[in-house]
Amino acid sequence: MSSITLQNITKRFGEKTALNDLSLTIQDQEFFVLLGPTGAGKTTTLRVIAGLEKQDTGDVLFDGTSMTGAVPAERDVAFVFQQYSLYPNMSVFDNLAFPLRSPLRKLPKGEIERRVKTAAETLRITHLLARKTAKLSGGEMQRVSIGRAIVREPRVYLMDEPLSNLDAKLREALRIELVHLQKTQGSTTVFVTHDQIEALTMAQRIAVLDEGHILQIGTPHEIYDAPATTFVATLVGTPRINLMQASRQDGRIFVKDSSVRLPPPTGIDLPADFLLGVRPEDVRPTNSGEFSGKVALTEPLGVETIVHIRSGENILTSLVPGITPISVGEEVRFDIVRERLHYFHPTGKRIVAASV
Amino acid sequence: MGTRASAPRAPATISTRVDKVGLRPKVTRAIRAFVVVILTVLILLPVVWMVMTSLKSPSDVVAVPPKIIFEPSIESFIFLVTERVQFPTRQEADEFRARDDLKWYEEKVAERGQKITRVGDFPKQLRNSFIIAGTSTIFSVLFGVLSAYAFSRFRIPGEGDLLFFILSTRMLPPVAVTIPIFLMYRELGLDNTYFGLILLYTTFNLSFSVWLLKGFIDEIPKEYEEAALVDGYTRLQAFRKVVLPQAVTGIAATTVFCFIFAWNEYAFAAMLTSDATRTAPPSIPSIQGVGRIEWETIAAASLVFLMPVVIVTFALRKHLLRGVTFGAIRKG
Amino acid sequence: MATIELMNVEKKFGSSYAVKPMNMTIHSGEFVVLLGPSGCGKTTTLRMISGLEAVTDGQILFDGKDVTWLHPSDRDIAFVFQFFALYSHMTARENIAFPLQAQGEPRDSIRKRVEEVAKMLRIEHLMNARPGGLSGGDQQRVALARALVRRPAAFLMDEPLGALDAEFRESMRAEIKRLHIEQNATTVYVTHDQIEAMAMGDRVVVMSAAVVQQNGTPAEVYHDPANLFVAKFIGSPGMNLIQGHYADGKVALPGDNHYTVPADWYTAIHETIGRDGDIILGFRPEAAHISASGPIATTVYTTDLHGSYTMLHLELNRDTIVDVRAGRGTNYPIGTPARFDLDPAMVRFFDPKTEAAIHKGGNP
Repeated sequence: MSSITLQNITKRFGEKTALNDLSLTIQDQEFFVLLGPTGAGKTTTLRVIAGLEKQDTGDVLFDGTSMTGAVPAERDVAFVFQQYSLYPNMSVFDNLAFPLRSPLRKLPKGEIERRVKTAAETLRITHLLARKTAKLSGGEMQRVSIGRAIVREPRVYLMDEPLSNLDAKLREALRIELVHLQKTQGSTTVFVTHDQIEALTMAQRIAVLDEGHILQIGTPHEIYDAPATTFVATLVGTPRINLMQASRQDGRIFVKDSSVRLPPPTGIDLPADFLLGVRPEDVRPTNSGEFSGKVALTEPLGVETIVHIRSGENILTSLVPGITPISVGEEVRFDIVRERLHYFHPTGKRIVAASV
Repeated sequence: MGTRASAPRAPATISTRVDKVGLRPKVTRAIRAFVVVILTVLILLPVVWMVMTSLKSPSDVVAVPPKIIFEPSIESFIFLVTERVQFPTRQEADEFRARDDLKWYEEKVAERGQKITRVGDFPKQLRNSFIIAGTSTIFSVLFGVLSAYAFSRFRIPGEGDLLFFILSTRMLPPVAVTIPIFLMYRELGLDNTYFGLILLYTTFNLSFSVWLLKGFIDEIPKEYEEAALVDGYTRLQAFRKVVLPQAVTGIAATTVFCFIFAWNEYAFAAMLTSDATRTAPPSIPSIQGVGRIEWETIAAASLVFLMPVVIVTFALRKHLLRGVTFGAIRKG
Repeated sequence: MATIELMNVEKKFGSSYAVKPMNMTIHSGEFVVLLGPSGCGKTTTLRMISGLEAVTDGQILFDGKDVTWLHPSDRDIAFVFQFFALYSHMTARENIAFPLQAQGEPRDSIRKRVEEVAKMLRIEHLMNARPGGLSGGDQQRVALARALVRRPAAFLMDEPLGALDAEFRESMRAEIKRLHIEQNATTVYVTHDQIEAMAMGDRVVVMSAAVVQQNGTPAEVYHDPANLFVAKFIGSPGMNLIQGHYADGKVALPGDNHYTVPADWYTAIHETIGRDGDIILGFRPEAAHISASGPIATTVYTTDLHGSYTMLHLELNRDTIVDVRAGRGTNYPIGTPARFDLDPAMVRFFDPKTEAAIHKGGNP
């Protein structure tokens, strides 16, 4: 396994800049997720690492050695595509064996068989080995794709939204297996997704990308608890963070169109106008709550309920455990967890404590 | 079809029960079957007539009114593969017939007062057709699949213009360029050679095969090859092991189309070949009978000539059907 | 607003059932969600209610009146499609006005009603735009406006959020629900997304394989699923279901574990599977609590960090992994042992033979 370093990578497609001076380092044995919306440059980054796309400027290093000029085969990476990478004219066994039969490796027959069997067992697809891939379900196909990556024992795994074509239940199941596999094998994995839940649940570290720039790199908790911009804050977390216009007057925080008033935080210099962010789980209905509002809507999801509380013109979403007895139209009192408030400049940048 | 929603609004009564509507599919099916039968008959009639003619004896061929029921004979096929002369007198013919060392086909011919002198030209012409059409088809498909792959996968400067140029070679009817090509070929000494016709047919077919195959290859996701590249294969290996097997349908369809064109081509063949390299198409209509027009022989020649195309098409029909519906035609 | 009744309604395509005979009443003003995986018959059911699809047998009543063979346009319904179905050559305003013009409303009244509905959906600023220039969410707002402007007897919606990005879906979901609360219009809503169904429905009708599996409130289908299908389908992740063997008030579970069944279940279990038999133990991830003295011993398979909580995946043995919800910041390395206990009020049991839930109060 290897560490990967990207140094000042820029990639243009015609007029369009896909990656703009992008630098990051992925540690050996790390599960690293590239998260961002469509067109953010995540897949391009992955393809540059694989050598399927050549960067215009900058350098890709594996364990400190430059890979620029090395063709994909020489980089010894395994790539798992979103779809379409199983050969429909071959059996599952042949698909798994395909990389091992490449002229670069040319492993002996017995070794190929052993590796394919081990991979199949790990992924619970032994019973499918003789089957033609066209006859497999979506989940089985993606297992085989992952299997084809792990038989290789490559330096790096690159995964391009491998779960996004599967239905929700399958996605959950495979997500768990991928994490287990990565942790037990200690492999370096770069995983691309636009799904924030996948990013939060799988990653050791996440890089949030937008329009070819890195907005933030951090652990899932860092990204969730201290989003660097409003873009990151809204991208991560369901239901979405409450973002409200607020202003500082007479030493207090006034939330626009709302009766919510808060004392200013200590150690943070707030401008006159700013954006206040509150995660829904930090809006807590309680009888002794400081604020009051009227319930506009409840959305019982089972394990928790989203309660929409109207306070003034503003609607705050609150996440409460279980299926709540609170009903629409009811007056509720609620508290806001002070320590977990987020402050952003009107431009979207996070306002950080002066001392940190 | 046939449910409440797609039917136009009924003006008087509202109720349109499904079981009433349910009669309609049967009626539709009957009409459809009728139309299909009529069309089949219309299309097959000339073919059936040809087969019948080829099996008729010389006197039945010209019988008026035409005979639907007749005693089948294979004389026409013997005529087709032989060169014959007419005995000048009845007596000589009878004497010849009376000999007992005659082969069965010689006897058949002798009944018509004729004698076989040598093997006819038709078998050789058929062989020429095979050599020329077959080789040019192989070349057209081989070069076609390689250039189609390049057009489909690589960023080629001026790709659109090049593709249009390739297509534009198809815009002229071949007949329009026969004379210049004839003159060119004569200067270059390519007339009356296998190579000349193979080159010509390959050139004509290539534009078609590039366009058709590009459609098919475009539909094979490029992830397949990229996966192979990452797995340690070279581009050419990936092409051979991954792209080709998946393009089989397209290759089969292209093969059939190219073969049919080269096999059936008439104008150039008539102009650029004679004796040694003459292919079947220009020679069939000029089959000379002995003392009369041998319609049954022409019919037999046409029938034999038709068989390879029928066999090839039939063998590849599954691919063809999928090829026509999935490949280039859907993509345009 | 109309009450919709389905009486033995069925649909066959050829000899196979798309919808097996079903009975269902949708009360006036109710928001009912038809939920199920693709091909379960939910859309066909909706289309039969609308009249876009003819029933093979059975009756459909609107407010007691038989509409089984009425043309869709005579049923006074509005249908919202997944792919918006807006007319691309008309502006948003013209699109919204279209159904009213078809009814021959006077111009003034049309203008007034279009403005009202535009205000309600907050699309006043988009009224002169054509659909091609609008985002997916705005297109669906216009489509909703076009449905609302008619004030029909019922709204029928076929996965209206299915074509939207995740971020729009969440806010549109709340918006449609709020509109429903304001208008109190009878609504039948089709989706394959269980989160959407739970969040929106007054009642959720879970369908699978052309059959209604359960018809109940979100709380009912979540806490008291009628069978294994519903238990697995509802919830993200679904209910944990463990194969076990019941005897003497205990369930033997994989990995040499035993769970002592709460005494109030004895009668129901004995009546269904007997005193000694196979049983399936079911519990939601939040019904389990990590505790050193818990009766069920496992090893950690992996852990998922979510923003506000952690999901533990625990292995009883190689074939049995359960999901357990734990507080934020809980983090166990793979392979460490963990024990958990279950909240006795949230434990459920199923009969593996019939796949049906065992009901504590005796089976109905």
